[in-house]
Amino acid sequence: MDFTVALAQIKPKLGCTDDNMALVEAAIEEAIAEGAQLVVFPELALTGYFLKDLVPDVALRLDSPQVDKLKLLSRRISIAIGMVEVSADYRFFNSALYLEGGELRHVHRKVYLPTYGLFDEQRYLAHGDRFRAFDTRFGRYGILICEDMWHLSAPYLLAMDNATTLICLSSSPGRGVSGTRELGSSSAWQKLTSTTAMFLNCRVLYCNRVGYEDGINFWGGSEVVAPSGAVTARGALMEEDLVLARVEEGALRRERIFSPMMRDENMDLTLKELRRIDRENSR
Amino acid sequence: MGALNVNTALLRQILVGFVRDEVHKVGLRKGVLGLSGGIDSALVAFIAAEALGPENVYAYTMPYRTSNPESEAHARLVAEKLGVNHELIEITPMVDAYFENFPDADNMRRGNKMARERMTILYDQSAAVGGLVLGTSNKTELLLGYGTLHGDMASALNPIGDIYKSQVWELSEAMGVPSEVIEKKPSADLWAGQTDEQELGFTYRAADELLFRMVDQRMSREELIAFGFEPQFVDGVHKKVQGSHFKRRLPVIAKVSNRTIDRDFRYARDWGM
Repeated sequence: MDFTVALAQIKPKLGCTDDNMALVEAAIEEAIAEGAQLVVFPELALTGYFLKDLVPDVALRLDSPQVDKLKLLSRRISIAIGMVEVSADYRFFNSALYLEGGELRHVHRKVYLPTYGLFDEQRYLAHGDRFRAFDTRFGRYGILICEDMWHLSAPYLLAMDNATTLICLSSSPGRGVSGTRELGSSSAWQKLTSTTAMFLNCRVLYCNRVGYEDGINFWGGSEVVAPSGAVTARGALMEEDLVLARVEEGALRRERIFSPMMRDENMDLTLKELRRIDRENSR
Repeated sequence: MGALNVNTALLRQILVGFVRDEVHKVGLRKGVLGLSGGIDSALVAFIAAEALGPENVYAYTMPYRTSNPESEAHARLVAEKLGVNHELIEITPMVDAYFENFPDADNMRRGNKMARERMTILYDQSAAVGGLVLGTSNKTELLLGYGTLHGDMASALNPIGDIYKSQVWELSEAMGVPSEVIEKKPSADLWAGQTDEQELGFTYRAADELLFRMVDQRMSREELIAFGFEPQFVDGVHKKVQGSHFKRRLPVIAKVSNRTIDRDFRYARDWGM
């Protein structure tokens, strides 16, 4: 179906779930007022990113009042949002929730936790162990969180699981100022979202946050990428924004006819070769 | 050149946004800085004026009796061009009073004392006006350790600490820092005729070309020499970076508990902001 998506490029406050919940509710109201049926928030929208030892303090259970509140709001608009999830056995996950029709429809726990350069996620967080597509009222979706998307296999698995839309929640730090108009990190992401969409004939809904934490900027630039790889809407760089875009079912249908790579993808061959590689590597 | 070139519009946006965001998020509106008449503090004044509004920027020129009078004139030029608050505070009486007891103190001790005297004034003024102290050390001098610990290296926020001196020049031109300030030879201005490059033994341009490849691109010693840098230059600069690393860290704490500050008690400074 055709629908309007809103990418809520917000500026969360570090470690302040109540303040961030208020920001999220305001963005949801604005998205509804603008006629959107789906609103996407950044990675860790409810908490901020460089949490370090704050992780246990800001973590929420899936049956917490905050998640209940989001469920309630999802009766009016579908919501994809990032937060720290604590499990019953006290593991902490960088999770993305998809809520729709008053229910929690899907939880993705970030699988690839970057722990290099300025990143230190594995020190504080447990990693997820699956990539699963799921059904929404708009079609079959898959969710990735930031670094997940840099692993080719992650969006590939979701596309093979018949997702035709990939939502990517991100908290990407801006870095790599050079002679060009783009940041190193923004131009790398723009290549990635576009190429992923093209390879997998999927649309990509990418939402990145803005603001500064301890001098590190988050560059925003959220975008809606058509299955052709063309960018249909892009948010402001380094400023709060609500990016609205009309998403057409027809564009997906036409692209899948025009470039039927996913139809022709040979899963048996891939599995056979991966098994062989695994066998040979474990000798 | 080339490798160090920056898109000044993008850099300006990030640094101005940084000062605005980090000052406002702690509930303040004002910034305080030492305006020496040199290019680094001039650039920070330009960034701060754009971020906070010139009326919210408090610049202090703090000469010692041996400071070059031209420095004061240049500081005034910058302050007037921006319309920021500007005050002159002489440090000669305080510094001389102290060294009356230590007449044999060498230039290094005297220079460090002056830098720390200025720091105490900036922090006092920051309490008086209710603002954050803005740092003016660039990446080149931070890496080389060419600054005084707890003196000019002390600040609450440093917008230019991740840009090399060559990039300071480039951004200063783009932001309209007066050409007199950009074109003069960099000097710590501790005594007449002193220049940084003379004291360091190499030019900032040469140091930046090397540091960028050594630090940012992580080229090995062999790669740097193959690229064309003299081995003695590579080793000399590396030694300065390593030897000054203590200046870039917090004091070392002896660990006895399970949660030691900064070791296993880790929070961002923007905790709750």
